[in-house]
Amino acid sequence: MINVEHLTKMFGAKCAVDDVTFSVSKGEVLGFLGPNGAGKSTSMRMITGYLPPTSGTITVAGFNVADQPLEARRRIGYLPENAPIYSDMTVLGFLSFCAEVRGLYGAAKKEAIDRVVQLCFLERVLHQSVDTLSKGFRHRTCLAQALVHDPDVLILDEPTDGLDPNQKFEVRTLLRRMGSEKAIIFSTHILEEVEAACTRAIIIDQGKIVANGTPDELKARSPFAGTVMLTVGNVTTERLLSQVQALPGAEKCLVIAEKDSHVTLRIVPRGNLLPDLFEAGTRNAWKIEHLDVEEGRLDDVFRSITLPDTKTAA
Amino acid sequence: MKTIWTIAKRELSIYFSSPVAYVFIVIFLLLAGFFTFDVGSFFERGVADLSPSFFIWHPWLYLFLVPAVGMRLWSEELRSGTIELLFTMPVTPWQAILGKYLASWIFLLIALLLTFPLIITVSYLGHPDLGRIFCGYLGSLMLAGAFLSIALLTSSLTRNQVVSFILAVVICLFLILCGWPPVTNSVTNWAPAWVVDSLASLGVMTHFESLQRGVVDSRDLLFFVSMIAFCLFANSVVLRAHRA
Repeated sequence: MINVEHLTKMFGAKCAVDDVTFSVSKGEVLGFLGPNGAGKSTSMRMITGYLPPTSGTITVAGFNVADQPLEARRRIGYLPENAPIYSDMTVLGFLSFCAEVRGLYGAAKKEAIDRVVQLCFLERVLHQSVDTLSKGFRHRTCLAQALVHDPDVLILDEPTDGLDPNQKFEVRTLLRRMGSEKAIIFSTHILEEVEAACTRAIIIDQGKIVANGTPDELKARSPFAGTVMLTVGNVTTERLLSQVQALPGAEKCLVIAEKDSHVTLRIVPRGNLLPDLFEAGTRNAWKIEHLDVEEGRLDDVFRSITLPDTKTAA
Repeated sequence: MKTIWTIAKRELSIYFSSPVAYVFIVIFLLLAGFFTFDVGSFFERGVADLSPSFFIWHPWLYLFLVPAVGMRLWSEELRSGTIELLFTMPVTPWQAILGKYLASWIFLLIALLLTFPLIITVSYLGHPDLGRIFCGYLGSLMLAGAFLSIALLTSSLTRNQVVSFILAVVICLFLILCGWPPVTNSVTNWAPAWVVDSLASLGVMTHFESLQRGVVDSRDLLFFVSMIAFCLFANSVVLRAHRA
């Protein structure tokens, strides 16, 4: 549905987006991650046709955004950053305007508005002026605008920014539900959102794609992925350390915490560690209080990728 | 076409859903009445004609009121970021420009038509030349349209409505004055003749006044239409530059 090839955007001498290539097919929800100023919003603005790219091609639903901008835009629903809306209208007036610009009139318009009002929980404020809305409602009104023509492609720039935890949950659920029949790109700073709603994630830093994969694949790139956290009670640190280091499956051992004769270790495995560990546990009569294999956290991956200098420090 | 109308409808509804429309119309009518009756000595003249006492003030009223109507058209979109929303919908820049322009022009036309009691007054008092009055209204509408196209252009240059207003007033003032002898004389001394001539030909007053005489000259209409077309075109160039 969305094809981006060698997309580059220069602002003067500054390169905001540098040779970015990716594609999103129907049924995919792509999470766009990256630090502030990494080029996420610029990329999205180019995909929606608001900014012309310096070089590269973008096709949306088979239409080249540069050559057939109107055809492409008809198939895109876009929530810009900070959710701008015309402040001097009512919510209904605003949605009605958006529906008409999208070519919906009469009964079709009414039906479309009813649908998005329900989807975005706007019934309560329908006749209220946009000026007087709280941030969450403004945001959802702008989201409703992006959905009113039931587009095949959704581009959402920080859709959960400024929402309370319940609203965030609702938006994520909405994204996941719509994801099966649309192609969705959304950007976010919140990494748990990626795990909750995305089928795939791209991490972009200084205009370049630095990682592209499913959330699980990304998590596996964490420096801590696969390490074992072990807490044993009634033992001295030296004794436990020497017993664990003797195991063939343990590559490296780090003491994380020592408290009231409870010792917590992080063990980096070499091959199959767990059977060795259990066997050693029974042999030495460890009082195991906690055992956990880490999946890796996206936070760690994100930090290690976008802040390469701190990788060793962390 | 439908898109242009959708945009125009939105802009028009914004005028009337805010105090802008009512403040503007009341002030326009009050000032027009004040100038016509108190300054223009409408009754003392004893002539059933609107040009010397009524229409003659319009350039000066429009000088301030039209930029006030046009200043928010693009500035507000630039400031609030809704321009990104507008231009990621299936809308071409021309549709947006024409929609906004027509809405404001229709609004000015409504204000102008609300001066109709004057026509009733002169018709009651005497036998005016209605054709000439029609020409006067046409000239007034074209002048308002020309000033509006300038206000729309300056509005697209800045996100600050005050800057947009002041720029438009200065340009409109220049267009009013640049055919006026004291202004042309100050240039004649040092500039070549063609510069003086082309400056003088930009003046709106000669064209406005010739329409006031009751003559619809295609050259006068063409002057206003080409000025409007030029400003709207410049507007589309500025909009494109914003996004590049």
